[in-house]
Amino acid sequence: MKIPESLKIINVGLKSFYEDLKTQKAAAVHVDWKPPAGGDPELAKLLSKLELPEIEAANGRAIEKILAAIPTLVDIKPAREVIPRMKDNTILISGPPIEWERMSGPTKGAIWGALIYEGLAKNQAEADRMAAEGEIEFGACHDHDAVGPMAGIISASMPVFVVKNKEHGNVAYSNFNEGLGKVLRYGSYEDSVLKRLKWIEKTLAPVLADAMKNSGPVDLKGIMAQALHMGDELHCRNVASSMILLKLLSPHIAATGHDGKTIAEVMKFMGENFLFFLNPAMASCKVSMDAGHGIEYCSIVTTLARNGTDFGIRVSGLDGQWFTAPAEVPRLLCFPGFTEADANPDIGDSAITETAGFGSFASAASPAVVQVVGGTPNEAIEHTKEMWAITLAKDKSFSIPFMNFEGIPRGIDLRKVIDTGILPIINTGVAHKKPGFGTVGFGVLRAPQLCFTEALKAFATKYGL
Amino acid sequence: MVVKSLVRKGDYRDSVVLMRISKQLEAFEGVKKGTAMMATDNNKDLMKEAGLLTDDINYAGPNDLAIAVEAANENVASGAIEGAKKALSEVAPVESGETFYNTLKAATDSVPDSNLVLISTPGQFAAREAMKALRAGKHVMMFSSDVPLDDEVRLKQFASERGLLVMGPDCGTAIIGGVGLGFSNIVRNGPVGVVGAAGTGIQEVTSILDEVGITNAVGTGGHDLADVVGGITMLAGLRALEADDKTKVITVISKPPSPKVAEKILNVLKTFKKPVVVDFIGGDHRVVEEAGLIHAETLEDAAQKAIAALRGQTLKETMFSQPERKIRETVEKEIKQMKPVQKYIRGLFSGGTLCSESQLILKNLIGDVYSNVPLKKELKLSDIHKSQLNTCVDMGTEDFVRGVPHPMIDFRFRRERILREAKSPETAVILLDVVLGIGANIDPAGELVGAIKEANEIARKEGRYVSFVASVCGTVSDPQGLETQRRKLIDAGVVVMPSNAQAARMAAMIASRGDVWGKL
Repeated sequence: MKIPESLKIINVGLKSFYEDLKTQKAAAVHVDWKPPAGGDPELAKLLSKLELPEIEAANGRAIEKILAAIPTLVDIKPAREVIPRMKDNTILISGPPIEWERMSGPTKGAIWGALIYEGLAKNQAEADRMAAEGEIEFGACHDHDAVGPMAGIISASMPVFVVKNKEHGNVAYSNFNEGLGKVLRYGSYEDSVLKRLKWIEKTLAPVLADAMKNSGPVDLKGIMAQALHMGDELHCRNVASSMILLKLLSPHIAATGHDGKTIAEVMKFMGENFLFFLNPAMASCKVSMDAGHGIEYCSIVTTLARNGTDFGIRVSGLDGQWFTAPAEVPRLLCFPGFTEADANPDIGDSAITETAGFGSFASAASPAVVQVVGGTPNEAIEHTKEMWAITLAKDKSFSIPFMNFEGIPRGIDLRKVIDTGILPIINTGVAHKKPGFGTVGFGVLRAPQLCFTEALKAFATKYGL
Repeated sequence: MVVKSLVRKGDYRDSVVLMRISKQLEAFEGVKKGTAMMATDNNKDLMKEAGLLTDDINYAGPNDLAIAVEAANENVASGAIEGAKKALSEVAPVESGETFYNTLKAATDSVPDSNLVLISTPGQFAAREAMKALRAGKHVMMFSSDVPLDDEVRLKQFASERGLLVMGPDCGTAIIGGVGLGFSNIVRNGPVGVVGAAGTGIQEVTSILDEVGITNAVGTGGHDLADVVGGITMLAGLRALEADDKTKVITVISKPPSPKVAEKILNVLKTFKKPVVVDFIGGDHRVVEEAGLIHAETLEDAAQKAIAALRGQTLKETMFSQPERKIRETVEKEIKQMKPVQKYIRGLFSGGTLCSESQLILKNLIGDVYSNVPLKKELKLSDIHKSQLNTCVDMGTEDFVRGVPHPMIDFRFRRERILREAKSPETAVILLDVVLGIGANIDPAGELVGAIKEANEIARKEGRYVSFVASVCGTVSDPQGLETQRRKLIDAGVVVMPSNAQAARMAAMIASRGDVWGKL
């Protein structure tokens, strides 16, 4: 043993010791230490039992796959043709599975709308009766290789983006983004909403599908990396990514041979909806995370999802299980005319972006997003720094210029969440709690502790003890 | 000329980074052309024109990073590409300034050249953080106490197999590479190396050693010399100091270890070429001397003998720095207004080792001393808040500090106790330690003088006089200023002695009205 000639110190614990070191002009950094598992001795014990080389190895393999994934947009198809186990009376919704009675207002509103849109019900009353009497088969998008923002409704006729992971071959699906305000995914189901959905089905999707015949597969990973450098965090801000996609597809749309008026409509819609790219981004995140899902001993959280009632997570090494807790209401910036009291609890599969390292995890790359979700640019930076503490990799494929081109935090380790007490942060849109009112605003919140606590216990039972 | 390339699949980098890498490639000796680009179709065309488009790059896609060089030979090309790979893997340097991390892992990742982790979390969590630090290849100091002994053994064995140092648990003081850790003093660099199992013991010794300076002061923590631990850290520290060229003399401080551990340590020390001064506080001088080492009676003695050894001299223990006449003058002055009933010494300490040492000195001069940490269990105070006969209280023990700051920081309890002792008609001397340095209160003397004046007033009203005797443990470089602190105490009428040992002797002289001189 050799005593070092000069010290570079990491201080863990009492801040005054750090200050004493600074007074001496010693090289030192400070760790703002918090007790593991919020000081819960039982969980702390589980954590120490889960310091296994098998877990490290499994996590290493999984994160390698997640980082290597190359999400690529390969097609646009009606849901019934591509999504597994999709029947004419199937309605997929966001978040963990839930029964009709417990569904939130916006989810129910969106389901009414989807049933009328599909022609399965004539009106809201009939739709409500069908849902209540078990004539509709509900499923969680995630359990069907799909993701949907907010209410996340996907019905059989809806066109979906088919996103393939070119590296590993797995596929995920997402529906089309309708814009903001009175839209189905925020629980609105009035005629104008359904009319827009029909236009998406009959005009937008076929034109884009034709365009893709010209363009061939579109590399979404590349778009996401570029958009990150242009200020998108790819959850609540998709301004750059939507433009890049439109830019890439424009010549191919023009070349489809559709009439000029139709093409103008399509390009206007895509150009005006700054969340257009959210849905393909979500499917990209989903295929990436799925590449690391279902690996024995792996403690990576592969899904964060909410249905407006419950918040649920899935863990790679615990395939087939959801761990849920009541969804909470975000701290939000309201649109004019709404207040916090109108807000529904957290909803949507879009937290798959955070799960994959985007959204609030990448908010240091997106100072502008704080204008949407609230907070300050400094907070945005702090969020990314915090998320580094609970993740396994900084992915240089997606670098953050402002943070010395450090990579975004990817691969939430369940153990690190419990250990540090740092819960994943989510940037999100907020729906009105009553059906039919649409978007209330945007906000930020943390995933509930309970999901992670329960998952850790299950993980320990399966692997540790 | 050869063209060589490397494709990194899925490694997206922005163009600024790539331009920097390209520049670096071209600056490489013997490289004619070099570039690093994402393998988009456009870029491939550019590379083709430059004659750098290899088959590998031709098959690469827009998400793949392509590096290509044209160089004088194969070796140069490989060297340049290796250089580019290294530059790509380099983490951008963290900005200087205030940097806080949420976890130790984040800190060790971001500051890879850090070499010591200072841990002061609650005891039950400290071992886990320490293990993380050791796994990351860092030395550790654990200020935390209440760490299970088997954890301590596990950590220290793990560390010793990897050439790492674990100071503590329960290590309050260390000075490494000129930096004071925990509670410690600013001591100049010099030739004496110190290893100590006693926090304020290290402070007292290193403060006196400020005259010549120290290389390092390694703290071991209070349990290192327990049989199960076996002195792993002490031995590691001693061996490191023996091997260190700058260290000329070694000083060891601890409470007497068990015979088994003492033998182990002395056997190692026997083989040392450098002079070693040993203060097994209150231990048997014969075992030390039989091992050919220099025995020290007190902390001050340990420091003075180390200084003497450095100069190739031997030294007898100094009882007082001042001549007898001066000491007697002070005693006369202090006892003039004392009533006969005022017989006892009340020592109120913030440093545990200083408290123990005082008890040892007083025992030889005036007999039994009661304490909350007594030399033998019959002398344990029945109530730690009430003094009995001659008493020395360590006010830094768990009983006192639970939920409040340490008495070196917060003087409230000592002030209250000073007033209580002054009210007791039997109190002759109130004996204090005043510890300066890093971690301590910024004006300890200032915290005390108010209570001292008030105590004097209480005694005066009842026709008594209470003598205050103190020593200040610190150096001229300490933030509180050694002279300023001494001056404040002297101005408040306190008899300020140059060391803890001399303060205890002075207290005994006063309480015995000068009778103990013959025992010194």
